[in-house]
Amino acid sequence: MCGIAGLIHRGKTGDIGTEMTAMLQSLKHRGPDSTGYALYGKPLKGNEIMIRFKVAEQDDMKKGFDIHHQVVDRREQVDKRIKELGGTILEANEATEYAFRYKVSFDGDRRKLADYMEDVEGAEILSMGHGLELVKDLGDAARVASQYKLKGFSGTHALGHTRMATESDVDIRSAHPYWAYPFADVSVVHNGQLTNYWNGRRALERRGHRFMSNCDSELIAVYLADKMQQGAELKDAMADSIEELDGVFTYLVATSDSLGMAKDTMAAKPMVLYESDKFIALASEEVAIRSVFPHEIDTFDPYEGEVRVWKSS
Amino acid sequence: MALRTKSHEMGMHTEQLAGRTQQRFFSPEESDNFTYADSFDVDFNKRAELDAGPLSSKEVNLKLRELLSKGYGTVVMKNPGAKHAIAVGILNRLNLHIEGSLGYFGCGLIDGPNIRIKGRVGWSCAENMMAGTVVIEKNAGSTFGAAIRGGDLVCMGDVGARMGIDMKGGTILVGGRAGAFCGFMMQRGRMVILGDAGKNLGDSMYDGTIYVGGKIDGLGVDAVPGEMTQLDIDWLNRKLKQYGLKAPKGVENMQKIVAGRQLWNYDNLEPAEKKIVL
Repeated sequence: MCGIAGLIHRGKTGDIGTEMTAMLQSLKHRGPDSTGYALYGKPLKGNEIMIRFKVAEQDDMKKGFDIHHQVVDRREQVDKRIKELGGTILEANEATEYAFRYKVSFDGDRRKLADYMEDVEGAEILSMGHGLELVKDLGDAARVASQYKLKGFSGTHALGHTRMATESDVDIRSAHPYWAYPFADVSVVHNGQLTNYWNGRRALERRGHRFMSNCDSELIAVYLADKMQQGAELKDAMADSIEELDGVFTYLVATSDSLGMAKDTMAAKPMVLYESDKFIALASEEVAIRSVFPHEIDTFDPYEGEVRVWKSS
Repeated sequence: MALRTKSHEMGMHTEQLAGRTQQRFFSPEESDNFTYADSFDVDFNKRAELDAGPLSSKEVNLKLRELLSKGYGTVVMKNPGAKHAIAVGILNRLNLHIEGSLGYFGCGLIDGPNIRIKGRVGWSCAENMMAGTVVIEKNAGSTFGAAIRGGDLVCMGDVGARMGIDMKGGTILVGGRAGAFCGFMMQRGRMVILGDAGKNLGDSMYDGTIYVGGKIDGLGVDAVPGEMTQLDIDWLNRKLKQYGLKAPKGVENMQKIVAGRQLWNYDNLEPAEKKIVL
Protein backbone atom coordinates (compact mmCIF):
# COMPACT_ATOMS: atom_id res chain seq x y z
CA MET A 1 0.00 0.00 0.00
CA CYS A 2 2.73 2.51 1.03
CA GLY A 3 2.27 6.04 2.33
CA ILE A 4 3.86 9.10 0.81
CA ALA A 5 4.16 12.63 2.10
CA GLY A 6 5.67 15.92 1.08
CA LEU A 7 5.94 19.40 2.51
CA ILE A 8 7.42 22.68 1.42
CA HIS A 9 7.88 25.98 3.27
CA ARG A 10 7.64 28.99 1.01
CA GLY A 11 10.12 31.77 1.70
CA LYS A 12 11.43 30.33 4.96
CA THR A 13 12.88 27.26 6.59
CA GLY A 14 11.37 25.01 9.24
CA ASP A 15 12.13 21.93 11.34
CA ILE A 16 11.38 19.61 8.42
CA GLY A 17 12.91 16.64 10.24
CA THR A 18 10.33 16.80 13.03
CA GLU A 19 7.46 17.72 10.70
CA MET A 20 8.12 14.86 8.30
CA THR A 21 8.58 12.39 11.14
CA ALA A 22 5.15 13.33 12.52
CA MET A 23 3.59 12.91 9.08
CA LEU A 24 5.23 9.56 8.40
CA GLN A 25 4.53 8.15 11.84
CA SER A 26 0.82 8.80 11.31
CA LEU A 27 1.06 6.88 8.01
CA LYS A 28 2.79 3.92 9.63
CA HIS A 29 -0.25 1.68 9.13
CA ARG A 30 0.20 2.04 5.35
CA GLY A 31 3.59 0.34 5.47
CA PRO A 32 5.76 -0.52 8.44
CA ASP A 33 8.65 -2.19 6.58
CA SER A 34 10.88 0.81 6.04
CA THR A 35 10.81 4.59 6.25
CA GLY A 36 12.66 7.10 4.17
CA TYR A 37 13.26 10.84 4.05
CA ALA A 38 14.50 13.21 1.37
CA LEU A 39 15.38 16.36 3.31
CA TYR A 40 16.40 19.61 1.65
CA GLY A 41 18.56 21.67 3.98
CA LYS A 42 20.47 24.86 3.43
CA PRO A 43 22.18 24.46 0.02
CA LEU A 44 25.95 24.12 0.04
CA LYS A 45 27.90 26.58 -2.03
CA GLY A 46 30.35 26.26 -4.89
CA ASN A 47 31.92 22.87 -5.34
CA GLU A 48 30.71 21.46 -2.01
CA ILE A 49 28.39 18.46 -2.15
CA MET A 50 26.62 16.41 0.49
CA ILE A 51 26.79 12.64 0.05
CA ARG A 52 24.70 10.15 2.01
CA PHE A 53 25.84 6.56 1.46
CA LYS A 54 25.84 3.15 3.08
CA VAL A 55 28.30 0.29 2.91
CA ALA A 56 26.02 -2.49 4.16
CA GLU A 57 22.39 -3.33 4.73
CA GLN A 58 20.98 -3.21 8.26
CA ASP A 59 20.35 -6.95 8.10
CA ASP A 60 23.99 -7.61 7.11
CA MET A 61 25.10 -6.33 10.49
CA LYS A 62 23.41 -9.29 12.19
CA LYS A 63 25.39 -11.83 10.18
CA GLY A 64 28.54 -12.74 12.10
CA PHE A 65 31.47 -10.75 13.47
CA ASP A 66 33.41 -10.08 10.26
CA ILE A 67 30.86 -7.61 8.91
CA HIS A 68 31.86 -5.09 11.59
CA HIS A 69 35.42 -5.10 10.27
CA GLN A 70 34.22 -5.18 6.67
CA VAL A 71 32.17 -1.97 7.00
CA VAL A 72 35.25 -0.22 8.38
CA ASP A 73 37.34 -1.48 5.44
CA ARG A 74 34.66 -0.50 2.93
CA ARG A 75 34.42 2.99 4.35
CA GLU A 76 38.20 3.39 4.13
CA GLN A 77 38.07 2.31 0.49
CA VAL A 78 35.35 4.88 -0.21
CA ASP A 79 37.44 7.60 1.46
CA LYS A 80 40.45 6.58 -0.60
CA ARG A 81 38.47 6.69 -3.85
CA ILE A 82 37.04 10.14 -3.13
CA LYS A 83 40.57 11.42 -2.61
CA GLU A 84 41.86 9.58 -5.70
CA LEU A 85 39.39 11.50 -7.86
CA GLY A 86 40.46 14.82 -6.35
CA GLY A 87 37.79 15.22 -3.68
CA THR A 88 38.36 16.56 -0.20
CA ILE A 89 36.28 15.25 2.67
CA LEU A 90 35.31 18.33 4.71
CA GLU A 91 33.01 16.60 7.19
CA ALA A 92 32.41 12.91 7.89
CA ASN A 93 29.55 11.84 10.14
CA GLU A 94 28.67 8.31 11.11
CA ALA A 95 24.87 8.20 11.03
CA THR A 96 24.93 4.49 11.87
CA GLU A 97 27.66 1.86 11.81
CA TYR A 98 26.91 1.26 8.11
CA ALA A 99 25.51 4.63 6.86
CA PHE A 100 27.44 7.88 6.53
CA ARG A 101 27.02 11.57 5.79
CA TYR A 102 29.93 13.27 4.03
CA LYS A 103 30.42 16.86 3.05
CA VAL A 104 32.88 16.83 0.18
CA SER A 105 34.61 19.46 -1.89
CA PHE A 106 34.68 18.10 -5.45
CA ASP A 107 35.18 19.68 -8.86
CA GLY A 108 35.18 16.59 -11.09
CA ASP A 109 32.56 14.44 -12.80
CA ARG A 110 29.96 13.50 -10.17
CA ARG A 111 28.74 10.47 -12.11
CA LYS A 112 32.28 9.12 -12.20
CA LEU A 113 32.63 9.73 -8.48
CA ALA A 114 29.33 7.95 -7.81
CA ASP A 115 30.24 4.98 -9.97
CA TYR A 116 33.71 4.69 -8.39
CA MET A 117 32.32 4.84 -4.86
CA GLU A 118 29.61 2.28 -5.62
CA ASP A 119 32.23 -0.07 -7.04
CA VAL A 120 33.23 -0.76 -3.43
CA GLU A 121 31.45 -3.89 -2.21
CA GLY A 122 28.23 -3.06 -0.39
CA ALA A 123 28.50 0.67 -1.11
CA GLU A 124 25.43 2.52 -2.34
CA ILE A 125 25.04 6.27 -2.65
CA LEU A 126 21.66 7.24 -1.28
CA SER A 127 21.95 10.86 -2.37
CA MET A 128 24.39 13.36 -3.71
CA GLY A 129 23.69 17.05 -4.04
CA HIS A 130 23.96 20.56 -2.69
CA GLY A 131 20.86 20.49 -0.51
CA LEU A 132 19.42 16.97 -0.59
CA GLU A 133 20.07 14.48 2.19
CA LEU A 134 18.41 11.14 1.73
CA VAL A 135 17.93 8.94 4.77
CA LYS A 136 16.22 5.56 4.71
CA ASP A 137 16.27 2.48 6.86
CA LEU A 138 14.13 -0.34 8.18
CA GLY A 139 11.42 0.34 10.74
CA ASP A 140 8.94 3.14 11.36
CA ALA A 141 9.55 6.89 11.26
CA ALA A 142 10.12 7.24 14.99
CA ARG A 143 12.86 4.63 14.88
CA VAL A 144 14.59 5.98 11.76
CA ALA A 145 14.35 9.60 12.96
CA SER A 146 15.88 8.65 16.27
CA GLN A 147 18.58 6.49 14.69
CA TYR A 148 19.63 9.24 12.26
CA LYS A 149 18.97 12.18 14.63
CA LEU A 150 16.55 13.96 12.31
CA LYS A 151 14.80 16.02 14.98
CA GLY A 152 15.71 19.66 14.42
CA PHE A 153 16.80 19.17 10.80
CA SER A 154 16.25 22.62 9.32
CA GLY A 155 15.26 23.01 5.68
CA THR A 156 12.77 24.21 3.13
CA HIS A 157 11.14 21.04 1.85
CA ALA A 158 11.02 17.28 2.25
CA LEU A 159 9.60 14.04 0.93
CA GLY A 160 8.83 10.96 2.98
CA HIS A 161 7.75 7.38 2.48
CA THR A 162 6.50 4.50 4.61
CA ARG A 163 6.85 1.27 2.71
CA MET A 164 4.87 -1.93 2.53
CA ALA A 165 7.13 -4.17 0.49
CA THR A 166 5.24 -5.89 -2.31
CA GLU A 167 7.53 -6.44 -5.27
CA SER A 168 11.04 -6.25 -3.86
CA ASP A 169 12.94 -7.00 -0.68
CA VAL A 170 12.70 -5.41 2.72
CA ASP A 171 16.06 -3.67 2.73
CA ILE A 172 17.50 -0.18 2.50
CA ARG A 173 18.21 -0.57 -1.20
CA SER A 174 14.49 -1.11 -1.92
CA ALA A 175 13.32 1.56 0.50
CA HIS A 176 12.13 4.92 -0.79
CA PRO A 177 12.80 7.77 -1.57
CA TYR A 178 14.99 7.31 -4.61
CA TRP A 179 17.68 9.69 -5.64
CA ALA A 180 17.62 10.31 -9.39
CA TYR A 181 21.18 9.26 -10.17
CA PRO A 182 23.24 11.05 -11.41
CA PHE A 183 21.31 14.28 -10.92
CA ALA A 184 22.08 16.29 -7.85
CA ASP A 185 19.15 17.02 -5.55
CA VAL A 186 16.39 15.11 -7.39
CA SER A 187 14.37 12.60 -5.36
CA VAL A 188 11.09 10.72 -5.74
CA VAL A 189 8.54 8.90 -3.58
CA HIS A 190 5.77 6.86 -5.16
CA ASN A 191 2.63 4.99 -4.25
CA GLY A 192 1.35 2.60 -6.87
CA GLN A 193 2.53 0.17 -9.49
CA LEU A 194 4.07 0.73 -12.89
CA THR A 195 3.13 -1.92 -15.42
CA ASN A 196 5.67 -0.95 -18.08
CA TYR A 197 8.59 -0.99 -15.64
CA TRP A 198 10.86 -3.38 -17.53
CA ASN A 199 10.31 -1.71 -20.91
CA GLY A 200 11.03 1.68 -19.38
CA ARG A 201 14.04 0.43 -17.47
CA ARG A 202 15.61 -1.21 -20.53
CA ALA A 203 15.14 1.98 -22.55
CA LEU A 204 16.80 4.08 -19.86
CA GLU A 205 19.63 1.60 -19.33
CA ARG A 206 20.38 1.85 -23.04
CA ARG A 207 20.74 5.57 -22.49
CA GLY A 208 23.42 4.96 -19.86
CA HIS A 209 21.42 5.16 -16.63
CA ARG A 210 21.93 2.66 -13.85
CA PHE A 211 19.37 1.11 -11.50
CA MET A 212 20.25 0.06 -8.00
CA SER A 213 17.04 -1.81 -7.21
CA ASN A 214 14.25 -3.73 -8.90
CA CYS A 215 11.69 -1.32 -7.51
CA ASP A 216 9.40 0.37 -10.05
CA SER A 217 9.57 3.64 -8.11
CA GLU A 218 13.22 4.05 -9.05
CA LEU A 219 12.13 4.16 -12.69
CA ILE A 220 10.23 7.40 -12.06
CA ALA A 221 13.29 9.07 -10.54
CA VAL A 222 15.57 8.01 -13.39
CA TYR A 223 12.90 8.81 -16.00
CA LEU A 224 12.53 12.38 -14.71
CA ALA A 225 16.30 12.80 -14.41
CA ASP A 226 16.69 11.66 -18.02
CA LYS A 227 14.05 14.11 -19.23
CA MET A 228 15.67 16.98 -17.35
CA GLN A 229 19.07 15.95 -18.67
CA GLN A 230 17.59 16.52 -22.13
CA GLY A 231 16.55 20.02 -21.11
CA ALA A 232 12.95 19.56 -20.00
CA GLU A 233 11.58 21.60 -17.10
CA LEU A 234 10.44 19.58 -14.09
CA LYS A 235 6.74 20.21 -14.73
CA ASP A 236 7.03 19.25 -18.40
CA ALA A 237 8.91 16.07 -17.53
CA MET A 238 6.17 15.19 -15.05
CA ALA A 239 3.44 15.89 -17.60
CA ASP A 240 5.19 13.52 -20.02
CA SER A 241 5.32 10.86 -17.31
CA ILE A 242 1.53 10.85 -17.06
CA GLU A 243 1.39 9.79 -20.71
CA GLU A 244 4.40 7.50 -20.83
CA LEU A 245 4.38 5.66 -17.51
CA ASP A 246 1.72 2.98 -17.44
CA GLY A 247 -0.11 1.78 -14.35
CA VAL A 248 -1.65 3.34 -11.30
CA PHE A 249 0.48 5.81 -9.43
CA THR A 250 0.71 8.96 -7.43
CA TYR A 251 4.20 10.30 -6.94
CA LEU A 252 6.00 13.26 -5.39
CA VAL A 253 9.26 14.64 -6.70
CA ALA A 254 11.61 17.21 -5.22
CA THR A 255 14.50 19.21 -6.64
CA SER A 256 16.76 21.74 -4.96
CA ASP A 257 14.02 24.38 -4.87
CA SER A 258 10.78 22.66 -5.91
CA LEU A 259 8.23 20.09 -4.86
CA GLY A 260 5.95 18.44 -7.41
CA MET A 261 3.09 15.96 -7.46
CA ALA A 262 1.61 13.86 -10.26
CA LYS A 263 -1.38 11.58 -10.35
CA ASP A 264 -2.15 9.01 -13.04
CA THR A 265 -5.18 9.28 -15.32
CA MET A 266 -7.17 6.74 -13.30
CA ALA A 267 -6.70 8.61 -10.00
CA ALA A 268 -6.46 5.22 -8.37
CA LYS A 269 -3.99 6.17 -5.66
CA PRO A 270 -4.82 8.67 -2.95
CA MET A 271 -3.34 12.09 -2.31
CA VAL A 272 -4.64 14.84 -0.08
CA LEU A 273 -3.38 18.38 -0.50
CA TYR A 274 -3.26 21.35 1.83
CA GLU A 275 -2.08 24.62 0.32
CA SER A 276 -1.54 28.00 1.94
CA ASP A 277 0.62 31.01 1.11
CA LYS A 278 3.43 29.83 3.36
CA PHE A 279 3.18 26.06 3.49
CA ILE A 280 2.11 23.15 1.31
CA ALA A 281 1.62 19.65 2.61
CA LEU A 282 0.62 16.51 0.71
CA ALA A 283 0.05 13.00 1.97
CA SER A 284 -1.68 9.74 1.18
CA GLU A 285 -4.04 10.46 4.06
CA GLU A 286 -5.25 13.66 5.66
CA VAL A 287 -4.36 12.31 9.08
CA ALA A 288 -0.69 12.90 8.19
CA ILE A 289 -1.33 16.57 7.43
CA ARG A 290 -3.27 16.83 10.69
CA SER A 291 -0.18 15.71 12.56
CA VAL A 292 1.38 19.05 11.50
CA PHE A 293 -1.83 21.10 11.56
CA PRO A 294 -4.10 19.84 14.34
CA HIS A 295 -6.62 22.67 13.78
CA GLU A 296 -9.25 22.69 11.03
CA ILE A 297 -7.86 23.31 7.55
CA ASP A 298 -9.21 23.10 4.01
CA THR A 299 -7.86 20.15 2.07
CA PHE A 300 -8.77 18.49 -1.21
CA ASP A 301 -7.84 15.64 -3.53
CA PRO A 302 -5.92 16.57 -6.69
CA TYR A 303 -7.67 15.16 -9.76
CA GLU A 304 -6.73 12.48 -12.28
CA GLY A 305 -3.83 13.34 -14.57
CA GLU A 306 -2.99 16.40 -12.49
CA VAL A 307 0.56 17.75 -12.20
CA ARG A 308 1.49 20.52 -9.76
CA VAL A 309 4.80 22.10 -8.84
CA TRP A 310 5.57 24.51 -5.98
CA LYS A 311 8.73 26.53 -5.40
CA SER A 312 10.31 27.10 -2.00
CA SER A 313 11.07 30.75 -2.73
CA MET B 1 -33.27 -12.38 -33.81
CA ALA B 2 -34.17 -16.06 -33.92
CA LEU B 3 -32.47 -16.59 -30.59
CA ARG B 4 -34.29 -13.66 -29.10
CA THR B 5 -37.63 -15.01 -30.32
CA LYS B 6 -36.80 -18.38 -28.85
CA SER B 7 -36.05 -16.89 -25.47
CA HIS B 8 -39.32 -14.96 -25.58
CA GLU B 9 -41.19 -18.12 -26.45
CA MET B 10 -39.60 -19.77 -23.46
CA GLY B 11 -41.08 -17.03 -21.24
CA MET B 12 -37.76 -15.64 -20.13
CA HIS B 13 -38.60 -11.98 -20.64
CA THR B 14 -41.50 -11.50 -18.32
CA GLU B 15 -39.59 -9.00 -16.17
CA GLN B 16 -37.39 -6.24 -17.56
CA LEU B 17 -34.51 -5.03 -15.44
CA ALA B 18 -35.43 -1.43 -16.15
CA GLY B 19 -38.85 -2.02 -14.63
CA ARG B 20 -37.37 -2.85 -11.29
CA THR B 21 -36.37 0.74 -10.75
CA GLN B 22 -40.01 1.63 -10.44
CA GLN B 23 -40.74 -1.14 -8.01
CA ARG B 24 -41.62 -0.27 -4.42
CA PHE B 25 -39.79 -2.43 -1.97
CA PHE B 26 -41.48 -1.02 1.14
CA SER B 27 -44.76 0.71 1.60
CA PRO B 28 -44.36 4.21 3.10
CA GLU B 29 -46.02 2.98 6.26
CA GLU B 30 -43.68 0.05 6.60
CA SER B 31 -40.51 2.08 5.94
CA ASP B 32 -41.54 4.79 8.39
CA ASN B 33 -41.89 2.27 11.15
CA PHE B 34 -38.97 0.09 10.25
CA THR B 35 -36.33 -0.33 12.95
CA TYR B 36 -33.63 -2.88 13.60
CA ALA B 37 -34.23 -5.35 16.37
CA ASP B 38 -31.33 -4.04 18.45
CA SER B 39 -31.77 -0.34 17.70
CA PHE B 40 -32.16 2.12 20.56
CA ASP B 41 -35.05 4.38 21.36
CA VAL B 42 -33.52 7.84 21.37
CA ASP B 43 -34.72 11.34 22.18
CA PHE B 44 -33.51 14.02 19.73
CA ASN B 45 -33.77 16.62 22.50
CA LYS B 46 -31.27 14.70 24.62
CA ARG B 47 -27.88 16.07 23.58
CA ALA B 48 -24.31 14.94 24.30
CA GLU B 49 -20.83 16.08 23.31
CA LEU B 50 -18.12 13.64 22.33
CA ASP B 51 -14.44 14.62 22.15
CA ALA B 52 -12.90 12.28 19.59
CA GLY B 53 -9.44 13.83 19.96
CA PRO B 54 -7.91 11.44 22.49
CA LEU B 55 -9.83 8.35 21.27
CA SER B 56 -9.07 5.76 18.60
CA SER B 57 -11.61 5.21 15.81
CA LYS B 58 -12.93 2.09 17.50
CA GLU B 59 -13.30 3.89 20.81
CA VAL B 60 -15.19 6.75 19.12
CA ASN B 61 -17.64 4.32 17.53
CA LEU B 62 -18.14 2.42 20.77
CA LYS B 63 -18.72 5.70 22.62
CA LEU B 64 -21.35 6.68 20.04
CA ARG B 65 -23.09 3.38 20.58
CA GLU B 66 -22.96 3.86 24.32
CA LEU B 67 -24.59 7.30 23.96
CA LEU B 68 -27.32 5.81 21.77
CA SER B 69 -27.97 3.13 24.36
CA LYS B 70 -28.49 5.89 26.93
CA GLY B 71 -31.10 7.53 24.73
CA TYR B 72 -29.06 10.45 23.36
CA GLY B 73 -30.56 11.41 20.00
CA THR B 74 -28.28 14.37 19.27
CA VAL B 75 -24.50 14.07 19.50
CA VAL B 76 -21.92 16.75 18.73
CA MET B 77 -18.54 15.23 17.93
CA LYS B 78 -15.49 17.44 18.35
CA ASN B 79 -11.90 16.97 17.16
CA PRO B 80 -12.39 14.03 14.79
CA GLY B 81 -8.91 14.82 13.40
CA ALA B 82 -9.45 13.11 10.02
CA LYS B 83 -9.45 9.71 11.69
CA HIS B 84 -10.61 6.79 9.59
CA ALA B 85 -13.83 4.79 9.87
CA ILE B 86 -15.62 7.21 12.20
CA ALA B 87 -19.41 6.96 12.66
CA VAL B 88 -19.72 3.66 10.82
CA GLY B 89 -22.40 1.01 11.17
CA ILE B 90 -25.01 3.27 12.80
CA LEU B 91 -28.34 1.49 12.28
CA ASN B 92 -30.28 3.95 14.38
CA ARG B 93 -31.94 7.30 14.26
CA LEU B 94 -29.48 9.94 15.38
CA ASN B 95 -28.61 13.57 14.75
CA LEU B 96 -24.84 13.63 14.58
CA HIS B 97 -22.91 16.87 14.12
CA ILE B 98 -19.24 16.35 13.39
CA GLU B 99 -17.21 19.49 13.95
CA GLY B 100 -14.19 18.69 11.82
CA SER B 101 -12.98 16.38 9.08
CA LEU B 102 -13.06 12.62 8.65
CA GLY B 103 -10.48 10.32 7.07
CA TYR B 104 -11.31 7.26 4.99
CA PHE B 105 -14.51 5.19 5.21
CA GLY B 106 -16.38 7.69 7.38
CA CYS B 107 -20.13 7.12 7.88
CA GLY B 108 -20.02 3.79 6.05
CA LEU B 109 -22.70 1.11 6.39
CA ILE B 110 -25.22 3.42 8.02
CA ASP B 111 -28.99 3.12 7.99
CA GLY B 112 -30.98 6.02 9.36
CA PRO B 113 -28.86 8.71 11.00
CA ASN B 114 -28.73 12.34 9.92
CA ILE B 115 -25.10 13.42 9.90
CA ARG B 116 -23.63 16.84 9.20
CA ILE B 117 -19.87 17.19 8.82
CA LYS B 118 -18.35 20.65 9.06
CA GLY B 119 -15.07 19.66 7.43
CA ARG B 120 -13.91 17.40 4.63
CA VAL B 121 -14.16 13.64 4.19
CA GLY B 122 -11.58 11.26 2.75
CA TRP B 123 -12.09 8.31 0.41
CA SER B 124 -15.18 6.10 0.51
CA CYS B 125 -17.45 8.26 2.65
CA ALA B 126 -20.90 6.77 3.29
CA GLU B 127 -20.11 3.60 1.41
CA ASN B 128 -23.11 1.24 1.37
CA MET B 129 -25.36 3.81 3.06
CA MET B 130 -28.94 2.54 3.29
CA ALA B 131 -30.93 5.52 4.55
CA GLY B 132 -30.61 8.86 6.32
CA THR B 133 -28.68 11.95 5.28
CA VAL B 134 -24.98 12.81 5.27
CA VAL B 135 -24.08 16.42 4.50
CA ILE B 136 -20.43 17.46 4.08
CA GLU B 137 -19.75 21.18 4.15
CA LYS B 138 -16.32 21.05 2.45
CA ASN B 139 -14.73 18.63 -0.07
CA ALA B 140 -14.83 14.86 -0.37
CA GLY B 141 -12.29 12.30 -1.61
CA SER B 142 -12.72 9.55 -4.17
CA THR B 143 -15.29 6.73 -4.17
CA PHE B 144 -17.74 9.02 -2.44
CA GLY B 145 -20.99 7.17 -1.85
CA ALA B 146 -19.87 3.94 -3.46
CA ALA B 147 -22.67 1.36 -3.60
CA ILE B 148 -25.16 3.44 -1.64
CA ARG B 149 -28.69 2.07 -1.65
CA GLY B 150 -30.66 4.94 -0.22
CA GLY B 151 -30.70 8.26 1.60
CA ASP B 152 -29.25 11.61 0.60
CA LEU B 153 -25.51 12.11 0.44
CA VAL B 154 -24.53 15.73 -0.06
CA CYS B 155 -21.12 17.36 -0.57
CA MET B 156 -21.15 21.13 -0.78
CA GLY B 157 -17.64 21.28 -2.27
CA ASP B 158 -15.66 19.20 -4.78
CA VAL B 159 -15.53 15.42 -4.96
CA GLY B 160 -12.77 13.11 -6.25
CA ALA B 161 -12.96 10.26 -8.75
CA ARG B 162 -15.32 7.27 -8.91
CA MET B 163 -18.18 8.82 -6.98
CA GLY B 164 -21.26 6.62 -6.75
CA ILE B 165 -19.72 3.59 -8.38
CA ASP B 166 -22.06 0.63 -8.18
CA MET B 167 -24.72 2.95 -6.75
CA LYS B 168 -27.96 1.06 -6.17
CA GLY B 169 -30.27 3.81 -5.00
CA GLY B 170 -30.53 7.06 -3.08
CA THR B 171 -29.31 10.48 -4.12
CA ILE B 172 -25.85 12.02 -4.31
CA LEU B 173 -25.61 15.81 -4.60
CA VAL B 174 -22.36 17.64 -5.29
CA GLY B 175 -22.08 21.41 -5.10
CA GLY B 176 -18.77 21.60 -6.99
CA ARG B 177 -16.93 19.47 -9.50
CA ALA B 178 -16.41 15.71 -9.60
CA GLY B 179 -13.55 13.56 -10.89
CA ALA B 180 -13.37 10.77 -13.45
CA PHE B 181 -15.39 7.55 -13.62
CA CYS B 182 -18.29 8.81 -11.53
CA GLY B 183 -21.36 6.60 -11.74
CA PHE B 184 -19.36 3.63 -12.99
CA MET B 185 -21.73 0.62 -13.13
CA MET B 186 -24.47 2.68 -11.52
CA GLN B 187 -27.60 0.63 -11.15
CA ARG B 188 -30.20 2.89 -9.65
CA GLY B 189 -30.67 6.25 -7.93
CA ARG B 190 -29.80 9.82 -8.88
CA MET B 191 -26.54 11.71 -8.95
CA VAL B 192 -26.41 15.49 -9.26
CA ILE B 193 -23.14 17.31 -10.04
CA LEU B 194 -23.57 21.09 -10.13
CA GLY B 195 -20.03 21.75 -11.39
CA ASP B 196 -17.93 19.98 -14.01
CA ALA B 197 -17.72 16.20 -14.31
CA GLY B 198 -14.56 14.24 -15.20
CA LYS B 199 -14.06 11.78 -18.01
CA ASN B 200 -15.88 8.46 -18.40
CA LEU B 201 -18.98 9.69 -16.61
CA GLY B 202 -21.53 6.92 -16.11
CA ASP B 203 -19.35 4.27 -17.68
CA SER B 204 -21.23 0.97 -18.05
CA MET B 205 -24.20 2.26 -16.09
CA TYR B 206 -27.19 -0.07 -16.01
CA ASP B 207 -29.76 2.42 -14.88
CA GLY B 208 -30.22 5.53 -12.75
CA THR B 209 -29.85 9.17 -13.73
CA ILE B 210 -26.97 11.64 -13.62
CA TYR B 211 -27.52 15.40 -13.83
CA VAL B 212 -24.59 17.72 -14.55
CA GLY B 213 -24.60 21.50 -14.28
CA GLY B 214 -21.16 22.16 -15.77
CA LYS B 215 -18.93 20.71 -18.47
CA ILE B 216 -18.58 16.95 -18.94
CA ASP B 217 -15.06 15.80 -19.87
CA GLY B 218 -16.43 12.70 -21.52
CA LEU B 219 -19.14 10.09 -21.23
CA GLY B 220 -18.32 6.48 -20.48
CA VAL B 221 -19.37 3.48 -22.51
CA ASP B 222 -23.16 3.23 -22.83
CA ALA B 223 -23.84 6.52 -21.03
CA VAL B 224 -25.97 8.74 -23.24
CA PRO B 225 -27.71 12.12 -22.96
CA GLY B 226 -31.33 11.90 -21.84
CA GLU B 227 -34.22 14.30 -22.27
CA MET B 228 -34.89 16.68 -19.39
CA THR B 229 -38.55 16.50 -18.45
CA GLN B 230 -40.63 18.68 -16.19
CA LEU B 231 -40.51 15.88 -13.65
CA ASP B 232 -36.70 16.08 -13.63
CA ILE B 233 -36.79 19.86 -13.25
CA ASP B 234 -39.30 19.77 -10.43
CA TRP B 235 -37.39 17.07 -8.59
CA LEU B 236 -34.07 18.92 -8.98
CA ASN B 237 -35.56 22.20 -7.78
CA ARG B 238 -37.04 20.51 -4.76
CA LYS B 239 -33.92 18.55 -3.89
CA LEU B 240 -31.45 21.41 -4.32
CA LYS B 241 -33.62 23.75 -2.27
CA GLN B 242 -33.71 21.19 0.51
CA TYR B 243 -29.92 21.50 0.93
CA GLY B 244 -29.49 25.17 0.01
CA LEU B 245 -27.78 24.42 -3.31
CA LYS B 246 -28.22 26.18 -6.64
CA ALA B 247 -27.43 25.13 -10.20
CA PRO B 248 -25.05 27.82 -11.56
CA LYS B 249 -26.85 28.05 -14.92
CA GLY B 250 -30.28 27.04 -13.69
CA VAL B 251 -31.77 23.59 -13.36
CA GLU B 252 -33.32 23.83 -16.84
CA ASN B 253 -29.88 24.01 -18.40
CA MET B 254 -28.46 20.96 -16.68
CA GLN B 255 -27.53 17.91 -18.72
CA LYS B 256 -29.19 14.59 -18.04
CA ILE B 257 -27.27 11.36 -18.56
CA VAL B 258 -28.88 7.93 -18.61
CA ALA B 259 -27.95 4.38 -19.62
CA GLY B 260 -28.06 3.66 -23.35
CA ARG B 261 -28.78 0.01 -22.56
CA GLN B 262 -26.89 -1.19 -25.55
CA LEU B 263 -23.93 -2.70 -23.79
CA TRP B 264 -25.53 -5.41 -21.71
CA ASN B 265 -28.23 -7.97 -22.19
CA TYR B 266 -31.19 -6.29 -20.60
CA ASP B 267 -33.02 -9.38 -19.58
CA ASN B 268 -33.40 -11.45 -16.47
CA LEU B 269 -31.80 -14.62 -17.68
CA GLU B 270 -29.79 -16.72 -15.32
CA PRO B 271 -26.41 -17.90 -16.63
CA ALA B 272 -27.73 -21.41 -17.21
CA GLU B 273 -30.72 -20.06 -19.11
CA LYS B 274 -28.46 -17.87 -21.20
CA LYS B 275 -26.52 -20.92 -22.30
CA ILE B 276 -29.72 -22.46 -23.64
CA VAL B 277 -30.67 -19.33 -25.55
CA LEU B 278 -27.24 -18.40 -26.81
